[in-house]
Order: sequence, then C-alpha cells, then structure tokens
Amino acid sequence: MFSKPSPARVLPRAVAAAVPEARWRPGLADHPFHSEIFAPATEASGAGLALALARDALASLGEAAGEGTRHVLWVQDRKAMRLGGRPCLAGLPPDMRRRLIHVAAATPEDALFALEEGLKCHDLACVIGEIAGNPRALGFTASRRLSLTAERHGVRLWLVRLDAEPDLSSARMRWRVAAAPSLPPRWNPAAPGHASWQAELFRARRHAPGQWMLCDDNGTLRLRPDPERAAAPDFIHLVRPTVGRSLAARARA
Amino acid sequence: MLLADARALCPELAAVPADPAGDLAALEKLALWAQRWGPWSALDPPDGVLVDITGAAHLWGGEERLLADVAAAFAALGLNVRAALAPTAGAAWALSHFGPPGAILAPGDDPLRQLADLPVAALRLDDDVLTVLRRLGIKRLGQLAGVSGAGADDPHQEAAARDALRRRFRNHRSPAANPLLRLDQLLGKVPEPLLPVIAQPMPMVQRRVMEPLRHRDLLDRVVEDLAADMVRALEARGEGARRLELGLWRVDGEVLWRRIELAAVTREASHMIRLFAARLDDIEAGFGIEAVQLRASWSEPLALSQADLDAAAESHGTSLAACIDRLSVRLGPRAVTRPVARASHIPERAQGWQAPLDPVPASQGALAFHTRPMKLLERAEQIAVLYASPDGYPQRFRWRGSVREVVRVEGPERIAPEWWRERSTARLRDYYRIEDADGRRYWIYRQGITGDGRGGVPDWFLHGLFA
Repeated sequence: MFSKPSPARVLPRAVAAAVPEARWRPGLADHPFHSEIFAPATEASGAGLALALARDALASLGEAAGEGTRHVLWVQDRKAMRLGGRPCLAGLPPDMRRRLIHVAAATPEDALFALEEGLKCHDLACVIGEIAGNPRALGFTASRRLSLTAERHGVRLWLVRLDAEPDLSSARMRWRVAAAPSLPPRWNPAAPGHASWQAELFRARRHAPGQWMLCDDNGTLRLRPDPERAAAPDFIHLVRPTVGRSLAARARA
Repeated sequence: MLLADARALCPELAAVPADPAGDLAALEKLALWAQRWGPWSALDPPDGVLVDITGAAHLWGGEERLLADVAAAFAALGLNVRAALAPTAGAAWALSHFGPPGAILAPGDDPLRQLADLPVAALRLDDDVLTVLRRLGIKRLGQLAGVSGAGADDPHQEAAARDALRRRFRNHRSPAANPLLRLDQLLGKVPEPLLPVIAQPMPMVQRRVMEPLRHRDLLDRVVEDLAADMVRALEARGEGARRLELGLWRVDGEVLWRRIELAAVTREASHMIRLFAARLDDIEAGFGIEAVQLRASWSEPLALSQADLDAAAESHGTSLAACIDRLSVRLGPRAVTRPVARASHIPERAQGWQAPLDPVPASQGALAFHTRPMKLLERAEQIAVLYASPDGYPQRFRWRGSVREVVRVEGPERIAPEWWRERSTARLRDYYRIEDADGRRYWIYRQGITGDGRGGVPDWFLHGLFA
C-alpha cells in the first residue's frame, strides 16, 4: 500500500540539507518535534522558555506572528495548575492572546491524552504541555508515543516538566531552565526587566550540550547580551537614534 | 387568597404548581396534532388552537361531521374542548368562547347578525378596553357594530360613526386594545396575520435487535450502523449534528441516555462513533439491550462537500473541531476553554474562560503600560514578610517555605476594589513587580493600607509569576 513518509522525514532533509550546526543558537531552522524543559515550579521560566522557543520555531518556519490563524494548545494537569497557575491573558505575547486554547486536565493521564490528541490535530500550530512531577503515566513509553505522534503529524510539542527529575525520555531536545537576573531597564534600573533565563541543553540529537543565557527581547528569543557592555533593551522606544547629527539639527530639519 | 387560607377553608384542596412553560409546550404539541384536520395551525395561548381547514372539510363529510370528529378525538384524549367553525379566525374564536357548542358560521351568513348577541369580550380585547367599553355602555357586539356604523346602508353615515369610534381609540395601535380593528378582523375586512406552527422532526434513527445485546462489541457494531444511518439522514437534509443523543432501551424497561455535544457541526460517522465509544464504558447492560436510538436534537445546516480521494485525511490528522470534541468528551466540557478578556481591573476578573470555538466578544484594548505576569496563581497565596523596607514593600519574605531577598521593585500599581460589585469592606490592592536575588520575577500585592479602617495590618499576597 502506498504510504506517505512522515513530515519528520521529509522536512529536515529539505530544509537543512547542510550540516546541522553543532552549537545551538536562537533562530535555527531545524526544530525538533518533541522537546522537554525542566523547570522549578516556583517560577514561570519553564512556560516562558517554552513559549519563546515555540515562537522562535514558528517564526523560523515562516508562520508569521501577525496572522495568528492557527491555534496553540496549552495543556496543564491539575498539580501544575495548582503550583504554577494558569496562563494570564494580559501577560501573554499579543499575538498569542487570540490563539490560545487551554486544556485543564485532572490527571497526568488525561494530560497525556490531551497532548496526543493535540499533536494529531493539523489545525494547531504547536502544543505546549505542563506536567508536574514524575507521574507513573509519563514513562519512556508515553514519551516515545508523544515523539512518534508529533513526528508523524508534524506538530511540535514543548513539554514543561515542573519540579521533575530528568528520567528516561525520548524527547529530541531536553532543556533545564531557571530564571536569571534580568537586564536593568534603561528608564528605571531599579525595576525588573525583560524575562531572562539560564538554559542548559543537556541532551540533543543535533547539537552539542551547552549553557546559554537567554532573554526575551520584545517577543523574540535572543542570547542575553553582557550586562556590562551592552545597553539594556528599552521597554518603550521613546527616542530615535540621532546618527551623526545633533538633536538641534534634527529639530530644525 | 393565599394557599394557606384556602387550605384552611377547604382542607381537601389539591394544589398543583403552575407550569406555564410546560403548558405552552403541550399546547404546541396539541397544535401540531391538530393539523390532522387542516394543513395549517397556529397557537392561541394560553388555551386555544386555530386550525385552517379551508378546503378540507369535505374529507370528513362536511363541517358538522368535522366538528363531531374534533369533539370525539379530544374526548379520547381526555380533554374538554369547545370547537367552532367560521370564515375568519376572529369569528371562530368568538363563537368557540362565547357561542353555543359546535357553532358553525357558514360563509354565506352575515356575521354581524349571527354574532350580534355575543359580549364584546368575544373580540379578544384587553381588560381595560373592556372596562372602557362597559363604561360607554357597549356590552354586545351588535351595539359596537351599531356605534361603529358597520352594516349601515348609507356609506357617509357609516364613515361618520366609524370616525367617532376611531378617534376614541386612536392611540391604541395594538389589535387587542382597539375594538374597531378587532371588529374588522372578525368581519374579515382587514387581514389578521397568524404565526403558524411547523413541525421540525429531529433526525432520528433506531435499531431493534432480535437478541438483547449483552456485550460491548455488539453494541459498538450497532452504534456504528446507527451512525452510518444518521449520516445518511443528515445528508438528506443537508445538515450536520451539534448534539447527539444515544438512547439504550434495556429489557427491564430502563432507558439509558448518553449525550454528546460537538464543538462544530459535523457529519462524520467515524467521529461520532469515536466520541460515543468513550461514553459507553459505564453502560450496565443488565439482561440486555433490545433497542438503540440515535437522534440529533440539535442540528445545523452543513453543505455537502467532496470527500477525500486519497489517504490525505489519515496523514493530516484531525481538524480542530474534532480534536476539541475528543478532548471535551473525555475531560468534560469545562476542561477545554480559551481565555477571553472581561471588563474589569481586578486581575482574576479581567479574564474569563469560554468554549474554544465560540466567537470572542469585543473588548476594550488593554493598556500597554500595564505589565501583567504570564501566569496567575489560581488563588493568591499569602506570603510572610520578614523585613519590610521603609518604602513599604517587603525586602525579605517567605513563600512556600523558602526565603526570598527582593533586589528590584517596581510599584505600586494601585487597583481599587469594584465598589459596585463588592462589599464596602473590600480593601484595595497595591501591586508590585519584584525580582529576587536569583532572578525570579513575581507579582505581589498588599491588601489594604494601614489606617484605611477596613481591618488591621494589611497582608501580603503573591499573585502571579512573570516569565
């Protein structure tokens, strides 16, 4: 019988026929279909990095952020909701606000079912999951199921594991993330700045493991510049740069 | 009179709660049933049904025989009926309510002569209009017709008489408040639009099985057959199902119902089978199931579409609506939601959850300089402030058993309680964005301020987590 090759086998060969880069950096084209992010439950760094990676992947795959036609499924089990709370609409990136579909699962089994059903759905841009702890249901077999489903249907999954031990898993990239001190905003150095994370990639197929300081710069994932050398990002671009001309010259012009 | 008073006077009084909605539904059913005498019927709440029998009386052998059949049929139902037959709805109503039983107004008769003795209440008028007419001394239809000039030989005289009555009721536009209009309707001089009752049978398929089903695989087979039948029934109507109900009749007379609601209108047998399969696990077959019925109690138009020619559907996965259906059937309808903005400044009220495919209500744009956390805790958790800075915010606090040092703060952002919704003792909140020594960013607030007269020392809460 005619069988169609899965998107996972077609896409990387077409997109990244070149040698994959050994060192990961934001903005790469080949994103794995199944990633895991280990984060403490007392901070939102896991969900923040998952969302930033998802937006990075969608942007590099050419799905413009402004269109927002395809939805994003966000699955949480009850323990994850109790520990880390639910997503807050006003705090999400603006293009995510209209695309989010939230699933409140009572048990990890239900959450895994919801993740798998979401991965089977071609109308979803990506799936983000949050599961707390190391439940029995989320063993190697379950993660292998998720990987295979994601690769078969071409929907990407970022699974946030809150307060979990990194046990056996078939995820293609596994991150460990924690919050990092943010860059001071230019206009109020005493205030907290943009989201910053210290991310450690401890298992990946295509990249060497490593550590990065990442920050969320107005919705795009970047490497965090050195606080001493680089200027901190602004919250609002209040002034335009005056290139080679004085302010008075600009005012007269 | 109160029910207690009435019972004191007559202890053997039987009291039944009123059920107007149920009465109206029963009347609707009765109106549909009454279409056996004519092709068209309308409700006359609270207790009447109008049937148009134009050109249908000869099927019963004449109008008298038809009325006799009506009386017999209602008697068989155990209902008392007063039936009458007239060329206009108004005349029929007047005769049935105030005329002799079984009255018939033939088309050739003069309605004014036949109905002159009926009281003016036969015109379906409001009570206050009836009072006005009684004070004017008009008690019978004939008197009203005399005042209004109907039937007068001289057209000028008739117009003058009508004019007087019309001027008296010139502000009454509603037919029920204008006796002149009602009289004209009774006489057939002006049309009287009526709202007909039209039956819309819901798509329904059922199977009776020869041997009672006691095993799940056989039941699944029957449900598959039913789903295929249902798809054909829906296709014939050009509709798709939004709500499906599966009824299982057991041998011992028990009926089990399983109901699923769909996120989007669908006509896919495999989708229906899959959704019901998740709901049939807890069926107790007992001595067996002898009949299975599937009905679509809510259906919407769905255009026919070209089926997939190849195996594209398999590799492409499911559609969003099917995915949401599968999730909400297993996890419950409230589990799959999408956040929507609500008009409120209180953070937990500024966001509501609604069904994922419903249209998002229009809302005011959010203020760009309000920085909100990515995640809100379901309930703000109290923190123990160990050391507060002179500015008022905590320098060191304990949350979930660990102590945090606050290094960077922005605030306060004051959010006042919604006085139109809350008690007057609700305290305001001062929100601070903080970052601790390890870089964790939180949203904390102080509930109330010292000396606001609404409680003692204000407490601190942690409400949200920034990414």
